[in-house]
Formats: sequence, C-alpha cells, structure tokens
Amino acid sequence: MNKVALVWSNLFRRKVRTFLTLFSVLVAFLLFALLRTIVSSFEGGVELAGVDRLNVSPKYSIIDPLPLSHMNEILSVEGVSGIAQQSWFGGSYQDPINFFPKFPVQPRQYFDMYSELIIDPAQLDEFERNRIGAVVPVTMAEQYEWEIGDRIPIEGDIYIKADGNKLWEFELVGVYEAPDGTFLSSAFLFQYDYINEAISEPLKSTVSWFTVRVENPDEAAEVASRIDAKFENSRNPTRSATEAEFTRQFASQLGDIGLMMNAILSAVFFTILLLTGNTMSQAFRERIPELAVLKTFGFSDLTVSVLVLAESILLCSLGGALGIGLAVLISDAIAPQVEALLGTFVLSPAIIGSGMLLAVLLGVVVGLVPAIGAKRLQIVDALRE
Amino acid sequence: MFKQILEISVMNLRNLPSRLGSSSVIVVGIAGVVGVLIAILSMAVGFATTLDRGGEEDRGIILRGGTAQGELTSNIDTRRMLYVGTLDGVELSSAEVYMVADIPKRSNLSPANVVIRGVEQDAFAIRPEINIIEGRNFETGRNELIAGRSASREFVGIDLGAEVNLRNSDWTIVGIFGANGSAYESELWADMPTTQSAFQRQGAVNSMRVKVSDPAEIATLQETFDANPQVDLQITSEEEFFSSQSEQLSTLISSFGYAVAAIMAIGAVFAALNTMYSAVATRTVEIATLRALGFGALPVVVSVMIEAIVLALMGGVLGAAIAYFGFNGYTASTLNQGSFSQVAFDFAVTPQLIQSGIIWALGLGVIGGLFPAVRAARLPITVALRGE
Repeated sequence: MNKVALVWSNLFRRKVRTFLTLFSVLVAFLLFALLRTIVSSFEGGVELAGVDRLNVSPKYSIIDPLPLSHMNEILSVEGVSGIAQQSWFGGSYQDPINFFPKFPVQPRQYFDMYSELIIDPAQLDEFERNRIGAVVPVTMAEQYEWEIGDRIPIEGDIYIKADGNKLWEFELVGVYEAPDGTFLSSAFLFQYDYINEAISEPLKSTVSWFTVRVENPDEAAEVASRIDAKFENSRNPTRSATEAEFTRQFASQLGDIGLMMNAILSAVFFTILLLTGNTMSQAFRERIPELAVLKTFGFSDLTVSVLVLAESILLCSLGGALGIGLAVLISDAIAPQVEALLGTFVLSPAIIGSGMLLAVLLGVVVGLVPAIGAKRLQIVDALRE
Repeated sequence: MFKQILEISVMNLRNLPSRLGSSSVIVVGIAGVVGVLIAILSMAVGFATTLDRGGEEDRGIILRGGTAQGELTSNIDTRRMLYVGTLDGVELSSAEVYMVADIPKRSNLSPANVVIRGVEQDAFAIRPEINIIEGRNFETGRNELIAGRSASREFVGIDLGAEVNLRNSDWTIVGIFGANGSAYESELWADMPTTQSAFQRQGAVNSMRVKVSDPAEIATLQETFDANPQVDLQITSEEEFFSSQSEQLSTLISSFGYAVAAIMAIGAVFAALNTMYSAVATRTVEIATLRALGFGALPVVVSVMIEAIVLALMGGVLGAAIAYFGFNGYTASTLNQGSFSQVAFDFAVTPQLIQSGIIWALGLGVIGGLFPAVRAARLPITVALRGE
C-alpha cells in the first residue's frame, strides 16, 4: 500500500540533510567506481587477452631486440599456426602528453592475428600498398580530429633514421574498430618496412616481440616450451608465455598500485560509512515521537523498524546509483586519454554490479542500529519526550 | 565585540564534548581527505626525492647524440671514450655499461627490470656517496658484483655471497652498497670491462659519467661537442637528468592524488555542513537566548565558524598523523619510465605535505561552517525562543 510513499516522504522530510547525505554517498560511489576501474586497468586486460595467443619475448629483458629471422623458425615449430611481429616504437605526436602506443607492423599479418579488429578490406589493401600509410582506431581519429589523407608527424626517440633525422611522417589511410578496453583499441599502426629501411644498426631487422597463434589452446604451454627450447643456445634466447601471463607480468612491473588503490578505497569507505551512519541515527533520533505515533496507530514493531531500514537502504542505493551513473559518464569521457596511458579503462558491468550491491549493503549496515532502536521503542516513553 | 566573540566561542567549545558523536563526523571526514591526500602525495614526493638524490650539478652524463631514452639506448665507442678523457674541465670520468636483466621481485615473484652497471674505478671517486656497507668491493677482471641496498631487499637471490645468473653469465655478489638513498641503490654494479665481455658489449659503453671542475663546464662541454658534428655526443648535468626522469611519474601521481582528494573533499564538506546545520539546530534556543541578551549576530557567526574550524583542524591533524605513521618510510618499487628499470623508493611525508594537508583541512572547515553560521545568525529570535 502506501508504505512506499511513507518511506519516500520520510526521506525528504529534512530536505537539506537528505540531499547532503545523498551527495556524500554519491561521492563515495563515484570514487568507488572510478578507482575500481583504474585497479582493473592495472590488472591489465587479462581477461580480454586471447587464449590461443602466445607472447614470445626476449629471455633476459623485454627491452632487448629479437632478430626478425626468428619469425620463420618460430613458424616451423610444431603447433604454431600463425605469427605477427611486434615492435615498441616509442615516439611522440606533437606533445609527449598525447600518449598512445605506436606499432610498426606487417599490415596483413597483424590484422590476421587480431581477427577481432574490424577494418574495411579496401583500406587494409591501401595500408599494405602505401609505404607511409597508417591506420588508427576510430576513437583515436575522432580524438585528434584526423581525416583520411592527413599527414601525421611522429617524433621518434628509439627509432631514428640513419641520417639522424628523428621526424617520421605518416599518411592516414584507414581506421579500424577494436573491442573496448584492450591495448588494441589505442594503437597507432604503420608499416614496419618503411621504418626498417630508414634505420641503421643495431635495431635494423629486429623486433621487440612476436605474437604467436597456437593451433590448440590446450597445448599452449607445450608450444611455448618448444619455442624457447629452439632458441635456448642462440644469441637471442626467448621466453614464451600466454598473452594473459605476459600482460600480468608487465603490469606488475608498475608495482603495488592495486594495493594502494584498495587502501584508498577502504579509507574512503570507512569515512563515508561513518558519516552516513551518523546522519541516519540523527534522523532517527529526531523522529522518535513520530515513530511512536505510528505505533500508536497500530503499526507493528516490525513494520516500523522495516520502515526505518527501508529509508536507509533507499537513501544509500539512490546515492550509489547516482554516483555510479556519474562515474559511467566520466569514464566514457576520459576513456581515450586514460586508455592510452594504462592500456585499458573499462567500467565493467561487474564493477557496476558490485557497486550497487555495496550500496544496498551500506544501507543495511547504516540502517540496522536505528531499525533495532525503532523496534524496541516504547510508545509511552517516546511520546513523553 | 571581541569579548562577546571570545565568550560565545569558549562556551561553544566547552560544550563540544557533549556533541562528540556528531562532531566526530567532521573530524573523521576531514581526516579521511587529508590522510588520503598526504599518503598519495608522499608517494610522488618519495619517488622524486629518490631520483633527485642521485644527481649532482657538477657531475655530467654523456650520451650519444640524439638519444632520448636515457642510458639504455645510447652507444659510445672506444674512440669517443678516449676523446672525452682528453677534454679540459673533465676531472674524472667513468665509462659505463648499462643494461637491464629480469630478476623476480621478492614481493610477487614476477620478473622486473634491474639495472646492471659496469663501471670504471673512477666511478667511486665521482660518486663519493657510494659506500660498501657489507662485504667488499668487486675486483677488476672477476665476475663479481656489488648490489645496492634496495636491489638486495627487493629482488630474489640478491644476497651477500650468493651466486646469480644474469643474462646467461654467472656472478658472485661480494658486497652490498648504500648510496645516500638514491636510485643507485636499486642497481647492481660490476667491473666495466668484465661486463663488456660477459654481455658481448666489447668496444662500446652506454654512457659516461664525468666530474667537472665547475657546474658551468657542462654547458661549455656541450658547446665543444656541438662544434664538431662528428663527435655526436650530448652532456646533461646529473641533477637535470634525474629530475626530468622523475617529473612525469610524480606529476601523474600528484594529479591523481589531488583529484581523489578533491572528490572526497566534496563528500566531507557535505558531511561537515550536515553536522554543523544540526549543531546549530540543536542550539537554536541557546543562540536565541544569547541574541535576546544582547549578543550581536557577528559573534554568533564567528563562534559557529570557530567551532567548525577547530573540528576541521583536529581532523587535519588526525589525517596527517595517520598518513605519517602509516606511510612515511613505506618502501615500494616501481618502473621508472625514464630508465625503464625498477627503482625502489620510500614514501616521504614531508613537513610541506603536512602543511598543505592542514591548509586543506582549514579550507574545508571554513566552507563547512560558513553556511550554518549564517543561518544561526539569521534565526528570528522570537521564533527560535519558542523552540520551533
């Protein structure tokens, strides 16, 4: 019946207080959703990595180069069904703040390996044909307002032309669609051959790592050890791991950022829990006579305490929903920049779900004490006050 | 007037303990903001301090011309090494091999980049802060290395007397060194010619450290290099080199800290407003009585403000104390993007950070107290006295 209306009008009885409390809950969940998203970025697109893909990188350090000649040898390893070469280009576009990964690739090979990328076949043909061609994700083209045919200058730092010139110029020949939230969705791609011809030793004809597709994902570990065994005694030994494992290891180099984030989150939550709890109990204290009136009208102890609890849960979940909603809007707006920096930045449904659950839980915790108080309330004592 | 302000404020503050429950909301809320702000910023400050400690203005780093990625990608051949040694103004020089090897971290066993630096004997004269704290120095010509204190603490198997395999060659750790808390403490040092042969780097090094007679010599040396394009070298003072490396990450961490603290601060201000409004509400009759007795509006406003500020300050101090005792000196290690290697650093809760935390607390207290104070002063006396 009208109990819902009763809870609702109780909630807005003290408008200023309700709104202030609502906003502090909102702020808590805004922070919760954004920080959780950052933490999951650091844990690094692990669940998004392909299960049938291996990463073959140099054994001693990821910054060593691997000879391009490893490619055919890896392809001859049993269980390997495809390969793509990868290089870390570094470099900057206009200002170092415009950070996005730049990869010199073999066009066809790269798009074959990452079949989840969608590109117009005609544009891929053009990418293969045009020596200085480059393709970028749709979102990146929008962010920097690039159009097909634009010339894009990139200043190299690791890769410098043999004549000492650092400036590389590319022509945008296409855009591609990538699934959200992987490094794939933020990479600037161009032809390896164009770079390789212009540079000199020691980087000439080397790559940073290979991505290998295995025929059977269940045998990934065996294929990895077969590849490593092949190069064990060469000048450039390798270390192979699944893409997920590689991403995790790379992310962990950044240190215990996740731990730090969780510490911050706990601090935020502890604070908000206390603040909201206090407000709720204050609201309850002021309303003791009203609750007594309700009981006099014949509302049962249980109903009255449920009413109090419902009010708390309503307030917290409303604040939570608004906060998480705001976080979704903010994360959408800043995603391109953050993604380039952290690789992935997706406010996943899991975060939204756990946030909402937490909001309801907060409401229960905060409302519990007042609700019990309401249940025990003696009409006579309360009315006398 | 001031007497009135003083009287009301003292009375208020004396009553404070009776409103402890609701007042603690302001204290805790603001402590949360200040604590988080200081903790995050102490990470940025600690990282920058560690890198900056390695740099002196009268020491130069010479790299091959055009290298923007620091020592890793630079390559200086023997001819250039000898040339640098002949230059005026260079008092001491050490040609150094610089490479990284993957060694698992003790904390999560995942491999991380550790710097191996092959140095000439003058390296120790150039950097007098290097001191062996355990064991002894390496001997030239032998596969011996000394490990920085942080490297030994952070990485698996980097213990005094231990054998380690680095990039397929075996080494014995014969000493542990300290370097005044600088980034050098995260490195492994060995004899330069020995590293050249162990890592197939014969005939070249990555960089040179030089000690110059005067900091101004660094600019002069750069001019000398520029005068002859064939030389193709660049020199930077160590101070500048390290601070440019720390800049990006510490700026990133600081802006993140300010952003989180600002959002939290909004929440804390709401809570403070909430509390102060109800503090005013419960004191309606009292305030009206004071007004009826002839106390002015201003003393009432000021007294409410003072209450809010005192509570905020308590919160600020509490937050700063939590950050200090919880994080000061906490050791973390991260990837230094500038050198692409691991650097261990200690969180540093400096007096400046505490000061800015307290300023934040004050600001929040003022905002949280202002509106309720104004409302208190505006209460119509007759209505308020009736207790409505």
